Amino acid sequence: MTLSRRDILKSLAVTAVGGSVLRVIPLEAAQYAHRMVQAEKAAAETQQYTLKFFSPNAYKTLASLCNTIIPPDEESKGAVEAGAPEFIDLLTSENTDYQVALGGGVMWLDSTCIDRYEKAYLDCTSEQQKEILDQIAYRRNAKHDPSLGQGVEFFRFLRKLTADAFFTSEIGITYLGYIGNTYVQEFPGCPPVPERS
Amino acid sequence: MQVKRTPKPYDVCIIGSGASGGTAAKVLTEGGLSVVLLEAGPPILPERDYKEHMWPYDLPHRGAGVGGRWRHGTGDEFMAPNGAWEIEGEPYVSAPGSKFRWFRSRIVGGRTNHWGRIALRMAPVDFQVRSRDGMGDDWPLTYDDVAPYYDKVESYIGVFGTKENIPSAPDGIFLPPPKPRCTETIVKKTCDQLNILCIPSRLAILTKPHNGRPACHYCAQCGRGCITASNFSSSQVMIPPAEKTGRFTLITGAMARELVVGKDGKVAAVSYIDKATREERRIHARAFVVAASACESARLLLNSRSTLFPEGLANSSGVVGRNLMDSVGSNGGGHFPQLEKMPAHNHDGVGGMHMYLPWWKFDRKNDFLRGYHTEFGGGRGMPGVGDYDRLCDDFEGYGHSLKQECKKRYGTYIGFAGRGEMIPNENCYCEIDPQVVDQWGIPVLRFHWKWGDNEIKMAKDMQETYRAIVEAAGGIYLTETHEDGPHPYGIADGGVIIHEVGTVRMGERPATSALNQYCQAHAVKNLFVTDGACFVTNADKNPTLTIMALTWRASEYLLDQAKKGNLGA
Repeated sequence: MTLSRRDILKSLAVTAVGGSVLRVIPLEAAQYAHRMVQAEKAAAETQQYTLKFFSPNAYKTLASLCNTIIPPDEESKGAVEAGAPEFIDLLTSENTDYQVALGGGVMWLDSTCIDRYEKAYLDCTSEQQKEILDQIAYRRNAKHDPSLGQGVEFFRFLRKLTADAFFTSEIGITYLGYIGNTYVQEFPGCPPVPERS
Repeated sequence: MQVKRTPKPYDVCIIGSGASGGTAAKVLTEGGLSVVLLEAGPPILPERDYKEHMWPYDLPHRGAGVGGRWRHGTGDEFMAPNGAWEIEGEPYVSAPGSKFRWFRSRIVGGRTNHWGRIALRMAPVDFQVRSRDGMGDDWPLTYDDVAPYYDKVESYIGVFGTKENIPSAPDGIFLPPPKPRCTETIVKKTCDQLNILCIPSRLAILTKPHNGRPACHYCAQCGRGCITASNFSSSQVMIPPAEKTGRFTLITGAMARELVVGKDGKVAAVSYIDKATREERRIHARAFVVAASACESARLLLNSRSTLFPEGLANSSGVVGRNLMDSVGSNGGGHFPQLEKMPAHNHDGVGGMHMYLPWWKFDRKNDFLRGYHTEFGGGRGMPGVGDYDRLCDDFEGYGHSLKQECKKRYGTYIGFAGRGEMIPNENCYCEIDPQVVDQWGIPVLRFHWKWGDNEIKMAKDMQETYRAIVEAAGGIYLTETHEDGPHPYGIADGGVIIHEVGTVRMGERPATSALNQYCQAHAVKNLFVTDGACFVTNADKNPTLTIMALTWRASEYLLDQAKKGNLGA
């Protein structure tokens, strides 16, 4: 591709202004421009992500947690394939509150596992990992055992960011069945609503 | 420092390029006057600035913005540019005990780049409220005075809707409405059962090609800016025809600081800061149209002190900055299990509601005065960051069950937003802060705010109504509000609904108002304040359409005065 997106958009703008008083891009041209954006995006995606906040080890733990929160299954890929670890690392690198909550959270998890199982989280058996996650995944557990409080808060926030990343990815959007973000001539209205049971 | 003067005097200088400034620019230039317009922000270029049709995954932050800043508040990274609650270097202050939020758009087109395109006429009774219930004041004009200008604005910009003959929601000149979405068919059916009015909404979005602009393509992204200009924004619809006349000069990055009064008591010039060079400049004109937004316009007048006007320009009455109003806002929403069974389908539609609830209890005595309308929406929209926060907290856990629950619940929520009339009170106003200036050296506003009892009672009624609708539809109402605390019945902080008006109000008497019915200052004949500042009351109608109608009317009056030679040299 020789023309850049900027060139295309520039040429579009000139044609549009020439034909009308209004600064309007014709529909076909706009669609074309968006396909260009997509193509550029696809080209950029082949590049390796560079870590911005987490250490390589902590990032492995983060990715493992994301994968557990929204795993791949027969219907779709999971949060890791959807880019959750990169998204969380990027936001965390820019926000000191996130750095404390998530950077500190991963360390809390490792220390707690070392106290309990004498191994960092990633080195624990899957049974041990499940045991600790089952405890920090529910707020009610912190009521019985206040020492879980910090872990519960960490997991609560991580769950939200993982859901953010998954459901805003192409994988997640397809999984949900969102249809739209497109050009339609006529809005079709509502298919019949099933009666409530 | 030497002040740079522009040699060329213009007929009219407009300050602000939003709904009001854009309308004035179009009408005045087409009427034959030469116009210069100062805009504090940069120009807008749709092909460069709009993020229409991008997916969340096209941006590394997915819409959450740097550090997740948009994740924790209103708006997102996709929004049309330069609209924000906080602008770096341009602060404002809330007085102790008050909380007021001020959304500003520093860009050509102003807040019309960001608004919801809701275009509602005020009703005849809305102009005569004091005569009806003794509170507030009557306007110095009637619905019949404004109606021809509502016609002109709607005919030009394009508004969809339907004729309904509802006294609280006058009909206009409408394009056909889009078909309802599933969420809207459910709410409509339920409202019919409850005898609550639910009708097609009235939005400034084209459902047919109109005045050279193509019809909407139903991507639901009006708030991002529309590259086909199928919705209304001043930058794409009002400014271009002004430019076409050849009598229009647009100066961007120009922050108006003070209106300078001549010996004859008229405004001679505006001093502004050129943001690029930080230099002070001055523009002379025969008349000035201040349209910087209600609070910004009040700020400019209050900062324009002179021997003739020691309390601020056109402020002999002391009303400038007073009678600040926003809309009463309270939101509620619920889960509708019947939507779980909906097959996947395109639910986008226009960038806003296809149906709404006009004020329907105008025929009975209520616990409060005046009324509110209700906007609502939900369903299978494009997923965004933060959408699953609540479900994550409610469902908890992790793994397949969480993932499946998110899918099951996707698109099954409907939210309702009440927008009601606030009665002006003496505790709500803005003034110049005695200590703080912005980065341009201009003293900033300090806001005072307190809701009255009538507003709280209205918010209570909103909550009760939305619960009733959700439950009657077989849903589960999820909003919890309390009678006391900082937000009784969920009432939003002042300014949050972004309907500020009233700060330079019009009226018949110069003792209690600053402007006449043509937005012309009683005391300064070549000064017009045409934005929401001129409002006497803040009916439950989003103010933009009325701002444009009043500006159109004021501009025709100004043209007439110019023809008669009343503007001076």
